Amino acid sequence: MSFLSVRNLSARVKGGGPLLRDVSLDVAVGEVRGLVGESGAGKSMIGKAVLGILPKAVEITSGQIMLDGVDLLALPPAQRRIKVGATCALIPQDPLTALNPSRRIGVQITDRLVDILGWTRQRAEERALALLGEVQITEPTRVLRQYPHELSGGMRQRILIASAFAAEPKLIVADEPTTALDVTVQKQILKLIAALQVRHGTALLFVTHDLGVVSKVCQKLSVLYAGKVVEDSAVADFFRAPKHPYSAALLAATPKYTDPLAGLQPVPEAVIAAVRAEVAHG
Amino acid sequence: MADLYTITDLHLSLADMTRKPLFGLAPRLDILKGLSFSIEKGAVLGIVGGSGSGKSTLGRALVRLLEPSGGQVVFDGTDITHLSDAELRPLRRRFQMIFQDPMSSLNPRHRVGTIIAEPLRLHGFDGIQARVLRALDHVGLPKEFAQRYPHELSGGQRQRVGIARAIALEPDFILADEIVSGLDVSSQAQVLNLLERLVAELGMTLAFISHDLSVVRRLCQRVMVLQHGQIVENRETAALFADPQAQYTRDLLGAIPLPDPSQVWV
Repeated sequence: MSFLSVRNLSARVKGGGPLLRDVSLDVAVGEVRGLVGESGAGKSMIGKAVLGILPKAVEITSGQIMLDGVDLLALPPAQRRIKVGATCALIPQDPLTALNPSRRIGVQITDRLVDILGWTRQRAEERALALLGEVQITEPTRVLRQYPHELSGGMRQRILIASAFAAEPKLIVADEPTTALDVTVQKQILKLIAALQVRHGTALLFVTHDLGVVSKVCQKLSVLYAGKVVEDSAVADFFRAPKHPYSAALLAATPKYTDPLAGLQPVPEAVIAAVRAEVAHG
Repeated sequence: MADLYTITDLHLSLADMTRKPLFGLAPRLDILKGLSFSIEKGAVLGIVGGSGSGKSTLGRALVRLLEPSGGQVVFDGTDITHLSDAELRPLRRRFQMIFQDPMSSLNPRHRVGTIIAEPLRLHGFDGIQARVLRALDHVGLPKEFAQRYPHELSGGQRQRVGIARAIALEPDFILADEIVSGLDVSSQAQVLNLLERLVAELGMTLAFISHDLSVVRRLCQRVMVLQHGQIVENRETAALFADPQAQYTRDLLGAIPLPDPSQVWV
């Protein structure tokens, strides 16, 4: 059963053009869905719409966001916040700006648990300690008392992952969580997210522009162009035979070090023109 | 072929401000620890390594935005290791740089035409307008783009402007520091294909800094792998990919997520 089900979601900039066009996608319990597309395709917007953190200038014009059978868009804002806060979490893109520079790591992880779930400080701290162990941070006791600037980018991203899993969420939106990291660290972090996701049975919506990453962590995939889902496939099928010409072109643009002659083909103009026309006509 | 750059035992250390005591000097942090290599004229050299490996610092030492603390950097027969700003200025036209983030490396208040013309003016070129248009043409942008501002362009177009600004001076050497890491795959492909073509057409020497070995494999004839400020491997691209010698190179290769579900990470 799908834990998250986005149905015919459309959104636009207030007084401006459309950002999301009739988007539908499902994420089942324990499933990872990749959301790919070029910059500006609206992939982060979908994640933000689910979490209710869209920029003020963006409005949802139609559609439903069903979370665990409840339409979030039909709920009053306060109730929606409680529902989302208790069941969802975000792993943000930039580990530098996502942590408060003036507060210790420990309180940044435990605040959520204390405020939203009503845990005691002590219980929350024990949980934070265990989580830092889970994300393979050595000396977790010391790290809890440190400030973000004392940690490397990879360490900060681990903190954010620990923090996302802290309240045992049912759904996590990961918004390009490894784009800021170098490849060796990216590999560790992706393996970590995948392991935690399996262990906790979390549904994961994984926003990325890297099809290589998708092939490593996702089971399902939605390809977006200009706010429209042009392909919705199982990952294994997609890499064998992409259904849409645009997603095939995107795959051909992805470099492969094992085959220097394949990859890095720019998306042909004709393909772009065709997908533009398709999107514009709904 | 002759070497454009000869680097001997290059050391570079910077003040470690995170460890600076309230009074007194900050301790020195060694970034580059004795690098020796050369770059042939007309070659495309890939410089790869993880964050903190010193690849950007090395690049900045090559174009003398940083002054080495030891060793020697010889550019086309001239020792530029410790030249003063004034002595460097006439040479600067000959080595140019393309930056990682095109948004912050293009003046948001200038039009594209002005941005490309500025270094030409500084170096006393004539026929600047014609050179600007030629540079735009080289990077595949229509000449109307000279009137636009950087914010009106897409990421890929901005990076083309960065390339146009560098090649307009007809330099011998271009340093490209992670120039495609901020772009999505289709613009990445366009910018790389463009760079590949320009280097061949204009006969420039290129050092291409990247953390992405897939991109390096496509573009570069030689690859130098850095770790902790030291060279762990410096070989021809095909040989390096066929049979990586250093464990670190193998780790880097193994960490690239191939767009292929049959590659499984252990």
